Amino acid sequence: MTESSWRMPRWFHQMGSPKWFYGFAGILQPWFAIAALGLLTWGAVWGLAFAPADYQQGNSFRIMYVHVPAAILSQSIFLGMAVAGAVGLVWKMKVAFMVARSCIAIGATFTAIALVTGAIWGKPTWGAYWVWDARLTSTLVLFFLYAGIMALNQAISERHIAGKATAILAIVGTINIPIIKYSVEWWNTLHQSSSFTLTAKPSMPADMYLPLLLTVLGSYCLFALVVLMRTRSQIVQSQSGASWLMQHRDITGA
Amino acid sequence: MIRYMWAIVRRDLLLVARQPAEMINPLVFFLLVIALFPLGVSPEAALLSQTAAGVIWVAAMLATLLSLELLFKLDHDDGSLEQLLLAPYPSWSLVLAKVFVHWLVSGLPLILISPLIATMLFLPSHAVPTLMLSLLIGTPTLSLLGAIGAALVTGVRGGGMLLTLLILPLYVPVIIFGASSVAAAAQGMAIGGYMALLAAMFVFALMITPWSAGSALKL
Repeated sequence: MTESSWRMPRWFHQMGSPKWFYGFAGILQPWFAIAALGLLTWGAVWGLAFAPADYQQGNSFRIMYVHVPAAILSQSIFLGMAVAGAVGLVWKMKVAFMVARSCIAIGATFTAIALVTGAIWGKPTWGAYWVWDARLTSTLVLFFLYAGIMALNQAISERHIAGKATAILAIVGTINIPIIKYSVEWWNTLHQSSSFTLTAKPSMPADMYLPLLLTVLGSYCLFALVVLMRTRSQIVQSQSGASWLMQHRDITGA
Repeated sequence: MIRYMWAIVRRDLLLVARQPAEMINPLVFFLLVIALFPLGVSPEAALLSQTAAGVIWVAAMLATLLSLELLFKLDHDDGSLEQLLLAPYPSWSLVLAKVFVHWLVSGLPLILISPLIATMLFLPSHAVPTLMLSLLIGTPTLSLLGAIGAALVTGVRGGGMLLTLLILPLYVPVIIFGASSVAAAAQGMAIGGYMALLAAMFVFALMITPWSAGSALKL
């Protein structure tokens, strides 16, 4: 393996060092915070106050600006968690496991938000809070997957092992998500088709989808911010007493 | 390596033979869960025959889960798991051998008793072969997927409940296709597609799970 002609770039290995990651994440954090705050505020105000009301759904469609970003993030975060876990398993990076673990709670939160807002939106639109529709069911299963990983993490007290266990379960879950998704779709094709995917733009006017784009991007920034913060706090916990940490300006306040 | 796996299979079968309760308990559990449905929902033949496929599959799934907890636990507790992992063979061969025994002990009896259950639940008799075939393809998949969870919770306190939480979401596709195939057969529809999907999931699980359960055991 040492003779491999192609190597990961240097920064990749530097990120594996808690010290580097801590410093680098510290620099990135405020930018993500500003971006998240700005994009979410801009998107929310535009979407909730200024975007035109839907000709069929009236104002109830505006919950979309919360629902869609949460639903998109719930899946992206699971994928991100699996990628971080795979990186940790392959390159034996502790920081990658920490990143994976940081994803769990925020991912579960976004999934829960997507489910709850979906139920609230479903009542006026479909006349029911819950239907056993493909997309709802697979999101519910996704939520259960998050819950399982969370429970496993709490049951394993040793951090390093918990990180690896999270990684394995996240990878297996990711392989399973498309299978679950398609099995559920074939099982019950009641599917109320969604007209608000970002890949098929023209289904709504720019005034409606641009705010959505902003809130989605803002949610990604919020997610990045939370993961960086949680990973940093895990680094502080695991490296407490390390001399580089004690001299870091975040700790000394210099 | 084949000899190594064969030795594990023989040893585990011997252990089960000395402790037959391990084999009988899931089966009794399966029967009990099934019996709860007519008592709890309705004993009417019309309703039962409609829900039979799903009920049998859910009960089979729960019975599998119940016995999965012990898949690696006993070996872990008496220390033999550590020695088995030290053997100069890949850990997936160990998982594969143990899963095979688990299926022989928990899955196969369910399949054999399923015609009886199907009659009790008024499942149309022409759907019974489909039920058995779907269980034959589906229960090994359940055992394989469950091995990941069993490996992850080995050595964790209160592992049984946790195992259920981890594994049930992964079982969703199997139950959907397993139960739909029986329901389709009961209505006289073609089942080839369902069987193909069940078989595909089995092959997929066979590729992925021994490897991931093996690496989970080494944690």
